[in-house]
Amino acid sequence: MGFPDRIERTVEVAHPPAKVWAALTTAEGLAAWFGNEATIDLRPGGSARMRWAEGHVAEMRVERVEEPTVFGFTWHIYGLPEDDPRRTYVEFTLEPAGAGTRLTVVESGFAQLPEDTYHKAFDGNTQGWASELGELVAYLDAA
Amino acid sequence: MPPDSETVAEQVFVALADPSRRAILAALAAEGPATATDLAGRLPITRQAIAKHLALLAEAGLVTAQPGERRRVRYRLRSAPMQVAQQFLAALARDWDGPLGALKDHLDKSAHGPGPAGATKL
Repeated sequence: MGFPDRIERTVEVAHPPAKVWAALTTAEGLAAWFGNEATIDLRPGGSARMRWAEGHVAEMRVERVEEPTVFGFTWHIYGLPEDDPRRTYVEFTLEPAGAGTRLTVVESGFAQLPEDTYHKAFDGNTQGWASELGELVAYLDAA
Repeated sequence: MPPDSETVAEQVFVALADPSRRAILAALAAEGPATATDLAGRLPITRQAIAKHLALLAEAGLVTAQPGERRRVRYRLRSAPMQVAQQFLAALARDWDGPLGALKDHLDKSAHGPGPAGATKL
């Protein structure tokens, strides 16, 4: 029930955390498996960017860098207008698992509402409807 | 009580499930604000049915009324609820399985291949 606010996946990879860390946090790594081109300024507040061959671009803001266990960034919610402030937060967690790594990715924030602006706009529009619609129906009935 | 995002999204999806309401929303999106009479002239839907659909769309916050000349109410599209629904679609459309599979492949390939990871791409 309900729409997901949070998406979580865990995968086991047969490579040590240091190697997985490099794949997640370097331009070479990201370009090899995620985007087709990537740039990254690996520090909290730094920008990262991925580009795909078909032209889609993702701009990320690096939020957490705790080598080699936590890497977090935010990015724009796909499909919302460019100037929309809502972003989802993506966090990768790396845990040693035998000779390999247990990698968990959590993306959260899909269900967020910008409370102030949205509710103001919505409430403003739901008032006065009974009378507006009453007039409309009267008009249509008369026509 | 303010609507929560799930309620907003549900209203959007209910609104969009009906072909006449999709046609009304599409007409407002494509050609801008219009009166119920304008819409009845453009779409194969009776004025009475348009009035009913506009009432539902207004309740969902998907259209808003602007009083015009001679008491004629013009309706215009409101995008805020669409953007809430879009967030849910974004969650459903988010594919982490694909990239994580690609990450595994990349790590396996670069472990066995010669040279640095960047050199083995494609």
